Amino acid sequence: MPLYHTEEQAMLAETARGFMAEEGNIAKQLRHWRDRNCKDGFGHALWKQMAEMGFTGILVDEADGGLGMGHVEAGIVLEEIGRNLTPSPFLTSAVLAATALKHASAELKGRYLPGLVAGESVFAVAIDETAKHRPQRITTRAERAGNGFRLTGAKSFVIHGASADMIVVAARTAGADEDRDGITLFAVPKDAAGMSHDPVRLVDSSVATHTRFDGVELDGDAVIGEVDGGRDVLDAMLIAGRVGAAAEGVGVARGAMEMTVGYLKQRKQFGRLIGEFQALQHRASHLYSEVEIARAATIKAQQLLDAGAPSADLMASVAKAKVAKAARLAVQEGVQMHGGIGMTDEYDIGLYMKRDRALAEFLGDAYFHASRVAELSGY
Amino acid sequence: MADLETFRAETRAWLEANCPPEMREPVRDEDDIYWGGRRARFKNAAQQAWLEAAIAKGYTVPSWPKEYGGAGLSPAEAKVLREEMARINARPPLSSFGIWMLGPALLHFGTEGQKRRFLNEIARGEIRWCQGYSEPGSGSDLVSLQTFGEDKGDHWVVNGQKIWTSYADQADWIFCLVRTDKTNKYQGITFMLFDMASEGVTTKPIKLISGSSPFCETFFDNVKVPKSYGEDVPAYVGEINRGWDVAKYLLGHEREMISGAGGSERAAAIGAAMKRLAAKNGDEIDPVLRAELAMFDVDALAYAAMGEKFLDEIKVGKAHPAQPNMMKYAGTELNKRRHELMMAVGGSRALEWESEATEGGKPARAWLRTKANSIEGGTSEVMLNVIAKRILDLPGA
Repeated sequence: MPLYHTEEQAMLAETARGFMAEEGNIAKQLRHWRDRNCKDGFGHALWKQMAEMGFTGILVDEADGGLGMGHVEAGIVLEEIGRNLTPSPFLTSAVLAATALKHASAELKGRYLPGLVAGESVFAVAIDETAKHRPQRITTRAERAGNGFRLTGAKSFVIHGASADMIVVAARTAGADEDRDGITLFAVPKDAAGMSHDPVRLVDSSVATHTRFDGVELDGDAVIGEVDGGRDVLDAMLIAGRVGAAAEGVGVARGAMEMTVGYLKQRKQFGRLIGEFQALQHRASHLYSEVEIARAATIKAQQLLDAGAPSADLMASVAKAKVAKAARLAVQEGVQMHGGIGMTDEYDIGLYMKRDRALAEFLGDAYFHASRVAELSGY
Repeated sequence: MADLETFRAETRAWLEANCPPEMREPVRDEDDIYWGGRRARFKNAAQQAWLEAAIAKGYTVPSWPKEYGGAGLSPAEAKVLREEMARINARPPLSSFGIWMLGPALLHFGTEGQKRRFLNEIARGEIRWCQGYSEPGSGSDLVSLQTFGEDKGDHWVVNGQKIWTSYADQADWIFCLVRTDKTNKYQGITFMLFDMASEGVTTKPIKLISGSSPFCETFFDNVKVPKSYGEDVPAYVGEINRGWDVAKYLLGHEREMISGAGGSERAAAIGAAMKRLAAKNGDEIDPVLRAELAMFDVDALAYAAMGEKFLDEIKVGKAHPAQPNMMKYAGTELNKRRHELMMAVGGSRALEWESEATEGGKPARAWLRTKANSIEGGTSEVMLNVIAKRILDLPGA
């Protein structure tokens, strides 16, 4: 398959670009909700509109009421989300939870997917238990109790945890903390007794929670996939989530780069446009090169994932790491080249820097994924 | 698609029957590459057999039309042939600047007579060409070149000096940028073709820091260049005084080639191989070096995806016309980093300059050679200038 968008995908990209620029732009969404100190950190009305556009059901099978499309298409929407810094539960709901639910029973699919497709439900995923992404270590335990399970433990930095109608929780049902096997995934509903959230606002104005499970009683049918065999589903979620986060990061990088290159063409100092200075031209050209390469790696990862290729795992880490590096460069050059105005809250470039920081951390930063590339390559 | 699969099967069978086993071994030294030309000698019978089979099939220049010595393959078919050759590690049967540089220029700008004569000679490996572009005072600022051809009616008298002429000492003919109008900088250059055996042409190899001498200085002392080699075979490509158009086209093509070629080598991850190399030397890789290898592999694998995307886009005309500059910049900088890391893992062993263990100092010589990657064919700085101007549309660039 050629590494560029098909005609249908190009049309989707055009639609998504127009829609997100109009409805998801920084003034209408990020600043609007931030300045009102919104407890969810995003707008539910936009989520509903995204559903009307068909975006929320991109990864949901047609049989379940979705569009049955792939990660290239999800990535197209995510890139525009990134470009506009749109606060949205798309990545956690329509990518991560949607991937988990592909492996769920018909009963669970029926319970949750219609709400996702309609933009009426928001989902979160609770995997990490510390400040760094470390999915190999799961200490939250679920013990058998009657016909179901009792969940005990804590998860940290659950994005959209407080606003989620359902949280996919990775818990240990057997084995030691770092065992590969013995993981089970649960769909934990919002109103589960014994679940409590301690919300924290992050640097990018998103809201995460430290979520505790104090003997949360779950029915057996809350299990997604196999009991003790959840690691494969978790891996599938992580790959999809990383590729999705990479796509959003490409959008952040491109948004910051476009804003910065635009600024170089209008800001005058020493009687000249600063974009005439070769010192800045070369840095901008280098940045362009890095962002283009990061985008190619991301599309490659999306295609491999859609094709079910085993190498999608490696390429997902390549893309996540490369995008993290390229986007970091984009936002740092962005603020520096804007000069003093780049440090002001009024100007948007600083918002890109904040979002990049949070997005890069989500599901593993450049160091985590570069190290993973080394491990998967055998060194 | 079915046709392509048939073509793949036929190609595979043809390669199986015609590419000798010796020609499926990695290239070890310079004489493993067959450059053609009047003075060329085959290293062995396998090299000759492979060349002859390829010529008969049009596979020395598979994408060129059949009447000019090619096989007339479509881009998709040419890709299949490349993939099938790569699958068995087949060496190119013939390498030359005629194939890479002059051929594309003639296909685009040449007269029918020039194409019939020169392209067929190139396809059969009969004439080895070299490229006369850079001059001592004209490197990145190529258009300032001063080698001058004085108009004498039916011929020019050329005087001047070229530098960095690849393999000029072994070439038969040169395609050469010569100033023919001193009053017009851009529209005063002619793209001439002439015989290196002409009276007044001398060459002197330049020894590089790697110890090898792939480049020469080339001197022209009252060299007489006829304006025509026969009916419809002018001694210049394009129009007189419009050689800069041809040169620009070729520079773009060269960057595209540099950015595409060697892509597979440049794009490969190295960490695993470096771990084996360290183990062979009885060493371990320092954790900080491992981290740098990992970051390199991320960049290399991402660049591989970019290379694939770039070629896919070129095929359907979706690539930005200046994108080869970006590919050349990123690819050559990556290759320099690759060799820095390989030297670091190799340690003192990699410093050996003449030893048998290093096959004559291969790691060190290869490392030094890569330093030219970001200079030749347009420096990285020039590439960044071009990206700023043509892609980012920055002012005054």
